Amino acid sequence: MSSLYIAHSKEIAARVLEGEMMIMSARDPTLFSLNELGTIIWQAADGATPLQEIVERKICPEFDVEPEEALKDAESFVRELASHGILVVSDQPIGAGE
Amino acid sequence: MGELVSTGREVAIEIGAMPILVRTDSPEFARLLEDRYGGFVTAAPLRPVFELEIELAPPGIINPDEEVRVRLESGRWVMERGDFHAEWDPERRQGWVRQTANPYAIDAVLRILHSLILAREGGFLLHAASAVRNGRAFLFSGVSGAGKTTISRLAPSDVVLLTDEISYVREGRIQDSGVRSQESEVRSQKSEVGSENEYSCGGLAESQDLSVPLGGTAERLAAPDTSSLAPDTWHLAPAFEAFGTPFAGELARVGENMRAPLAALYLLAQGPENRVEPVGDAEAARGLLRNILFFARDEELVRMIFQTVCDFVRRVPVRRLVFTPDVRVWELIQ
Repeated sequence: MSSLYIAHSKEIAARVLEGEMMIMSARDPTLFSLNELGTIIWQAADGATPLQEIVERKICPEFDVEPEEALKDAESFVRELASHGILVVSDQPIGAGE
Repeated sequence: MGELVSTGREVAIEIGAMPILVRTDSPEFARLLEDRYGGFVTAAPLRPVFELEIELAPPGIINPDEEVRVRLESGRWVMERGDFHAEWDPERRQGWVRQTANPYAIDAVLRILHSLILAREGGFLLHAASAVRNGRAFLFSGVSGAGKTTISRLAPSDVVLLTDEISYVREGRIQDSGVRSQESEVRSQKSEVGSENEYSCGGLAESQDLSVPLGGTAERLAAPDTSSLAPDTWHLAPAFEAFGTPFAGELARVGENMRAPLAALYLLAQGPENRVEPVGDAEAARGLLRNILFFARDEELVRMIFQTVCDFVRRVPVRRLVFTPDVRVWELIQ
C-alpha cells in the first residue's frame, strides 16, 4: 500500500467550534463540517506525516477499530475532501510552498 | 469611470454610520432617493466614505432577467444586474452607476457596496429583522417566510424597529470619529417604501457534513480533550453592534437610523407555541452563514466573513426562537 500525504488547501478558512471542525471553501463558497474522526485527520494534515502514520498514532489508540479498516476509511475520506478542493492529497510529501 | 463633476444634485445616504454621497443630474431622481431613504439621508454632507455618481439610462435597454454579478477587475469592483451596471474604486473612493430610474437598482448597489465594506470591518449584512429594546439590539434571522416581517409587526410600542428584512451588523468600535452615533443623533423621519420582492440572494454558504465512517461500528475508547476549546478572552473584545437599515421587506417601511449593542441573535422557526431553545456554536455558525448576504466570489473576503462569523457566535448569544404569531412572543425578548 503506497503512502498518502495530506495538506490543507490554501483556499479555505477553518475553525473549531464546540469540537466540530468547520471548514469554509473560499472558492465556492461552501461550508463543511467534520465529525470527530474527520477533525483528527484534518488537524494532523501537515503534508509531511503519512496518512497511515496518522491513523496508527492518532486514531487506532483512541478507537476500537482494526488498522487496515481505519486506513481504508481514512483514505476514502481524504479523497472526498480532495474532491471538494479543501484538502490536497499526494503520494509525495507536500511542501509548505505547494 | 471618469472624474466626478459636481453639477447635479447630491444626496448623502448614511447606513451603518457610513455616509455615501450620491450624485445625480436628475432632480426627480434625487427626490426619489430622499423619499426612499428618509432618515438615512443626512442633512449636510459629511466626510463621505466615498462618492457615487448615478447616470440614468432610458428604460427598455436593460435585460431584467440578468442575475447579480460582482467581480474585482484591476482594483475596481464591477457590479452588474439586469437593471444596473456599477463600478467602485475603493482606492479613489469613487463609484459610478448606470441604471434606470427605479429605486431597486440603487438599493441593490448600496447593499453590495456595504457588504464589501463590512467584510473588511468585521461585519456583514444578514437576512434578518432587527429591533432595539431597552438600549439593546436583537436580531431575528431566517429565510423568506421564516417570520421576519411577522415578528416585526408584533413588536410592542417600546420596541424600535431597525429593519424587517436586511440587518446591518458590525463589530463594535470604542470610538467612531467623524460620523454620527448614538440615539441622540437619530433622525426620526420615517418613509414608506415599496417592497423589493424581486431582489433576492441566497446565503453565503451551503453546508455539508463530512464524516469518516470508520467501519461504522467503532466507538471512541477515551473521552476527547476539550480543554483547548474553553472560551478565550472574548469578554475583553468590543461587542457587535446592529444598525438600522432602509432595506425593507413586506413591512414596506424603512428602519430607524440608529445603532445599539447586540444582545442576541434568534434563529426564527414557526411553531405551535412561543419558546427559546439553545443553539450550539457550530449550528449557530451554519445558520448565520446561510443568511448572510454576500455577492462577490472573493476568496479573501469570504475568509474574513467566515472568521467574523466564528467570532460572532462565540461572543453573541445565539438562540432558536420558536414562535406563533402572537404578541406574547415579545415577552421572551428582554
